[in-house]
Amino acid sequence: MTTSIHGVSRRDFLKTSGALVVVFSLGDGRAGAARSPHAAQNLGKTVALDQVDGFLAIGSDGSVTVFSGKVDLGTGIRTAMTQIAAEELSVPLERVEVIQGDTALTPDQGVTFGSLSIQVGGMQIRQAAATAREALMTEGAKKLGVSRDEVTVRLGRVYSRTNGQDVSFGELVGGRDFSLKVDTNAPLKDPASYTIVGKSVSRLDIPDKVTGKFTYMQDFRVPGMLHARVVRPTALKSDLLAVDDTDARKIPGFVATVRKDNFLAVVAQNEWAAIRASRALKATWSDWQGLPDQASLWDYVRKTKINKDEVLQNTGDSVEALKTGAKKLAATYDFAIHTHGSIGPSCAIAEFSDGKLTSWSASQQTHLLRKQMAQMLRMKEQDVRCVYVEGAGCYGRNGHEDAAADAALIAREIGKPVRVQWMRADEHGWDPKGPPTLLDYRGALDAGGNLVAWESEVFIPDRPSQIQVTLVAADLAQLPKEAAHPGNIHQALAIQYGVPNIKATAHWLAETPFKPSWIRTPGRMQNTFGNECFMDECAAAAGVDPLEFRRRNLKDPRAAELLDRLVKLAGWTPRTQRSGATSGDIARGRGLSYIKYELVRTYVGVVADVEVNRKTGVVRVKRFYVAHDCGQIINPDGLKNQIEGNVIQTVSRTLIENLKFSRSTVTSLDWASYPILTFPDVPEIVIDLIDRPRERPWGAGEPTAAVVPSAIANAVYDALGVRLRSVPFTPDKVLAALKTA
Amino acid sequence: MVKLTLTVNGKPAVVKFDDPQMPLLYALRNDVGLHGPRFGCGLAQCGACTVHIDGSPVRSCVYPVSKAAGRNVVTLEGLGKPGKPHPLQQAFIEEQAVQCGYCINGMIMQAKALLDRNRNPDETQIRAALKNNLCRCGTHLRIVRAIKRASGMMA
Repeated sequence: MTTSIHGVSRRDFLKTSGALVVVFSLGDGRAGAARSPHAAQNLGKTVALDQVDGFLAIGSDGSVTVFSGKVDLGTGIRTAMTQIAAEELSVPLERVEVIQGDTALTPDQGVTFGSLSIQVGGMQIRQAAATAREALMTEGAKKLGVSRDEVTVRLGRVYSRTNGQDVSFGELVGGRDFSLKVDTNAPLKDPASYTIVGKSVSRLDIPDKVTGKFTYMQDFRVPGMLHARVVRPTALKSDLLAVDDTDARKIPGFVATVRKDNFLAVVAQNEWAAIRASRALKATWSDWQGLPDQASLWDYVRKTKINKDEVLQNTGDSVEALKTGAKKLAATYDFAIHTHGSIGPSCAIAEFSDGKLTSWSASQQTHLLRKQMAQMLRMKEQDVRCVYVEGAGCYGRNGHEDAAADAALIAREIGKPVRVQWMRADEHGWDPKGPPTLLDYRGALDAGGNLVAWESEVFIPDRPSQIQVTLVAADLAQLPKEAAHPGNIHQALAIQYGVPNIKATAHWLAETPFKPSWIRTPGRMQNTFGNECFMDECAAAAGVDPLEFRRRNLKDPRAAELLDRLVKLAGWTPRTQRSGATSGDIARGRGLSYIKYELVRTYVGVVADVEVNRKTGVVRVKRFYVAHDCGQIINPDGLKNQIEGNVIQTVSRTLIENLKFSRSTVTSLDWASYPILTFPDVPEIVIDLIDRPRERPWGAGEPTAAVVPSAIANAVYDALGVRLRSVPFTPDKVLAALKTA
Repeated sequence: MVKLTLTVNGKPAVVKFDDPQMPLLYALRNDVGLHGPRFGCGLAQCGACTVHIDGSPVRSCVYPVSKAAGRNVVTLEGLGKPGKPHPLQQAFIEEQAVQCGYCINGMIMQAKALLDRNRNPDETQIRAALKNNLCRCGTHLRIVRAIKRASGMMA
């Protein structure tokens, strides 16, 4: 792999459907130069999900362009998508480039969330590529004057097995449409013949990222662009009473103050002037203190009005089984409010031209963003074009879309292209949050120590029908909007274990302190924390090794294999009581956790080794062992990178992270007030990948995060004999637990 | 408006500003057109904006541009290019030590400062040297390995 293939720069122009399609040039530092003069217009390229041309174009030089609605959020899927398309088409990797998340060019493959990019998005591209390859073989056979079964494909050419002649893809279809429906029955290549998929191909973006050549959204510029900064209310729901911009106007480069109801921003000719003006602006906001008292957050959650109950899993009669069980257990768990914590604050550019809007942002959901922006601005959807430009990792629905809406609103007022860069406090203060999650459990063992009853209840904010998060600008400026959806945070409350009597219930709450959204592994992380901690408590009560206890309740051979591999990887020694050792103030322990993600896909089992200082209450995670089965692996090293990221980010969430707030607003507004894990505290990670080339590939961006908090909690129990049931596991909570033990 | 000529990556670079307190970061990104130094917090908390000034790592998001006059500023771009990377950049590629990569400028510039004074740091020293550089993707272990590898390459 060389750097030459990165950068989307080989062809700035791509001819399809007889229309000139402008391809944004993002990797070569000339970003913006290739802007279309009619950027917001329909460019004539189909974006249909059922058309080969939606996903693929082949140039006359044989180069392949893949149009992906799923975007690379720093997860490596640009490289993975390139591998999938190159493999299925039988073209060299270097001939493939990927255009991502452009509503004018790419099909709407859904939001880039839920560990679905490869599993769903990649497989749509694979099927389109297989359809294209079959069509090229048919065309090639005709051209070569041989029958269809006498041709084969290799390196972007169709070869005749009989007459020795060949013809390139470029000659067959170059520059023209396929005009072909994606054939869901088109045969896929035999995985045994793979030469690109399944290999640790080097990430295509890394050479540019480590040399400063890469253009992130935060680097992107358009000609004539002005700089804006938003000025947010001092309390979440304050009203703007007065604005005095006398001092701001004195700053050289000041252009305008933009106000629309409670939406306030300043615009300047350069970035520093915009920042200075935003600080010089004197805004008077009304007092608002509608947030709950953080000290009694969990009482507040428990007392919040329930809109509706939803039974997520119901087997047998859990009520009766709980009554008759020989040994009964109950426990309550909670998981704090978290931010996404992107290192680069959100940034976007908007430009209006002839009444049409072009929006550049690092949105994980350009198609959905287009819909929301059109609604907010009372425009037609076809008059809005949203283009993805990679930014800092977002790990969910963070502030990128809100920055895009800010930019659009300001650009419309000003009549010039506007770049909005959020400051650190905007990101921490105004990105939507992972909501507080409260979980209650009850369980019963029979006289033989078998788990016979399991009841779980989760208290989470209600979901409106549309899965989208209200734009901050629409909220503040009182513009049309939909209610905020927290994501499918009820997922993974249901368990795979074959307990005869199970009831899992979601209590959908009428309100939550902050606008919710999906952080990484939304709901699955919090619910699995409860599930796998309580499972461990049941195993301890039964006096059974926690791994053996889980195994007894699993009938799935793939789960059994995964647990076998985990035992071997971690050197797990069966135990019927705590095995933790203590030397001086340091207690050591190990714990495990397991999930089959959402009951239907990726299997992950982990073992955590921890050290706890009994005097200070500090928990240190020393090592994580991960056994992982997501079916067919596209890129083993890329997958390991994702798994490592899941572990480290979630160790941070489990040990440290807790959004602080007053009665008015978020007070964790920087990295000092919302610390995250740093280098000295990062655990070692040992990974065993189970590759199943003949199975379908499943997602890996989230599942490992689900099992991290419970593995740590279970390891702390092994070390200390106390249960930590409240994330994060801060020293004060550890010391309090030790005191009551 | 003040015009000032800085030395950036060995070459003269003209920057303009009204406020001498403007952080160097904005001059490098907007006047010089560099992408290496990145805006992450503006508070010297995360390290994404790190550059070298006269050989020392500095958080350019809080370093006044006027103070850089007459000093040598080196950014990520000054270490190497995609075709001719610095051993640290090469090692980051070989270890695939990037996820989103937004923090990586700071990691490489801070590591460069470490290797300049300690050619063969052990893992604990590397971790300690990077303790004030934040990464959210969880690429830490690869970053540590890349710095180890670079130290071997530079030996």
